[in-house]
Amino acid sequence: MNYSSPDRSALVQFQNVTKTYDGEHIVIKGLDLEISKGEFLTLLGPSGSGKSTCLMMLAGFGTPTSGDILLNGKSIKNIPPYKRNFGMVFQNYALFPHMTIQENVAFPLLMRKMSKAKAMKKAEESLDMVQLQQFIKRKPAQLSGGQQQRVAVARALVFDPELVLMDEPLGALDKQLRETMQMEIKHIHENLGITIIYVTHDQSEALTMSDRVAVFSDGIIQQIDNPEVLYEAPINSFVASFIGENNHMNGVVIALEGKHCQVKLEDGTNIDAIPINVQSIGDPTTLSIRPERVLLNPEPNQCANAVKAKVLEQIYLGDHNRFRIRLGQNEEFMIKLPNNDAIARIREGDDITVGWQAEHCRALDRI
Amino acid sequence: MNFIWRWFFRLFCLAVFIYLIFPILVIIPMSFSSASFLTFPPPGYSLRWYEQFLNDQDWLDAAKNSISIAVVTTILATTLGVLASMGLVRGNFRGKAILTAFIVSPMVAPLIIAAAGMYFIYSKLSMVETFMGMVLAHTVLATPFVVVTISATLQSFDRSLENAAASLGANPVTTFFKVTLPIITPGIVSGALFAFVTSFDEVVIALFISGIEYRTLPVKMFEGIRFEINPTITVVATFLIVLSTGFLALMEYLRRRGEAMRGVKS
Repeated sequence: MNYSSPDRSALVQFQNVTKTYDGEHIVIKGLDLEISKGEFLTLLGPSGSGKSTCLMMLAGFGTPTSGDILLNGKSIKNIPPYKRNFGMVFQNYALFPHMTIQENVAFPLLMRKMSKAKAMKKAEESLDMVQLQQFIKRKPAQLSGGQQQRVAVARALVFDPELVLMDEPLGALDKQLRETMQMEIKHIHENLGITIIYVTHDQSEALTMSDRVAVFSDGIIQQIDNPEVLYEAPINSFVASFIGENNHMNGVVIALEGKHCQVKLEDGTNIDAIPINVQSIGDPTTLSIRPERVLLNPEPNQCANAVKAKVLEQIYLGDHNRFRIRLGQNEEFMIKLPNNDAIARIREGDDITVGWQAEHCRALDRI
Repeated sequence: MNFIWRWFFRLFCLAVFIYLIFPILVIIPMSFSSASFLTFPPPGYSLRWYEQFLNDQDWLDAAKNSISIAVVTTILATTLGVLASMGLVRGNFRGKAILTAFIVSPMVAPLIIAAAGMYFIYSKLSMVETFMGMVLAHTVLATPFVVVTISATLQSFDRSLENAAASLGANPVTTFFKVTLPIITPGIVSGALFAFVTSFDEVVIALFISGIEYRTLPVKMFEGIRFEINPTITVVATFLIVLSTGFLALMEYLRRRGEAMRGVKS
């Protein structure tokens, strides 16, 4: 996403934003990003990748070292956080411990000079919507983690903010509750049509919830696109290995023509692939292939690549099976096959042939 | 073997209790004595020394002095302590460690030296035997206790609550009064109680600076013990014991309430 053609419907624009705390280590490097109204955008990346810094600058808890952040075309760089009118949900919920949950939700309304009676009424209604009406007189410490998170979401939405920022809001919840809350937040987004910027390091959460995902690493956006494109068509090795699971094979490009290339692996095997991140013959490359794209014992001519392999380990998972196989020198090659009678007969130590289509095998930058 | 150790342990605890607590508790029955001199156990019980205390203008003046000096000291030390703690915990500047050590140094400096130094300086400034002199001297002693107590509270304070308040539209001043202050109040109150007790119980500096007019209860007691062994002292001592115990209980209550508020199980 470059800021070459300004989009009129963009709600937020990051323009060449750079951030450094100490003048040496650069946390965000020349970030350009546009966020449209009504969008659910997730900033995804490992810790230290710059995603949280990016969110905090948008919230106003940090200023860009250079560059600018625009809201509706106007710079908000010098507007303090309390004048930005953004709702924010924090990882640890950040509910005020000395107030009841009703007072917590009424707080932003009182700050906007609403009368106490009206604010308390509206807070009650909004807690009604998240099924917490029977707890409104309780203090946050008397609620479970999931209930506290719902209060935090209600508090961030009650004043109809222009933008809602969520900083790893589900990080402290257990897996099952996290999945329930993911759906709840997604439905809130769909029903209210609000703009949400969501930060997480959990790639499955990002894929489940978002319209678009920006994958951060080393202070830059590696790729930004919708979940399907990110998963099916990663543009570099970082994205390929960060989103979902991938098998890697190192080799050198020996033929390159249009949308096809041939790569010679370290053990001498030749593989057909599509060139993504390679420029010329002789380039070192890492091939990337998803475990579920690998076929077992393909018919001759069914796919471009067919390679001999040996089963090292079988993992039974009910609806599907996973096999760790040796392919060339790679002993960590994983394949994923649906459970059926033929698959059930495979044993550890069996010699097999695996194959895949050239278009599922992407020649990326060398790891 | 285990059995012996257990009994040894109990005996040891009992010895500690007798040596530390008993000498203090012994004062209480003595204050209800009917005898006209200090004796234990009392030959009989009466309220005559309480009556004596309440009818002696000297004692009442001393009590009034002690209370008013302690109250003003508490207000000053708590205000200074809150501001200093905010700066020391939140601030990020060079020489922070040295400044912290400087502020808490009255806690470790030998009192008699501080007292002599203050007497010397205050007499140059004509502040000896003045109310303000007493208050300022006690504030110097009490502030470190406030700083230590409130710093501990601030360190465990979750700053994301302030960010949350800001994101919800509260400016920094509103955030301080609506969010930060209510949450650190238990810490401030225990700091204030420490400051009050520090001033109320202080005798060394008071001996130097208070003079006749601003003589405090501990000074009067000290003189009483030296010049006239009078059971009225045990009455005052009983009041002080009850007061200190009450304050300690209040601090413990506030600590538990603070924890309950943060959802910590005690």
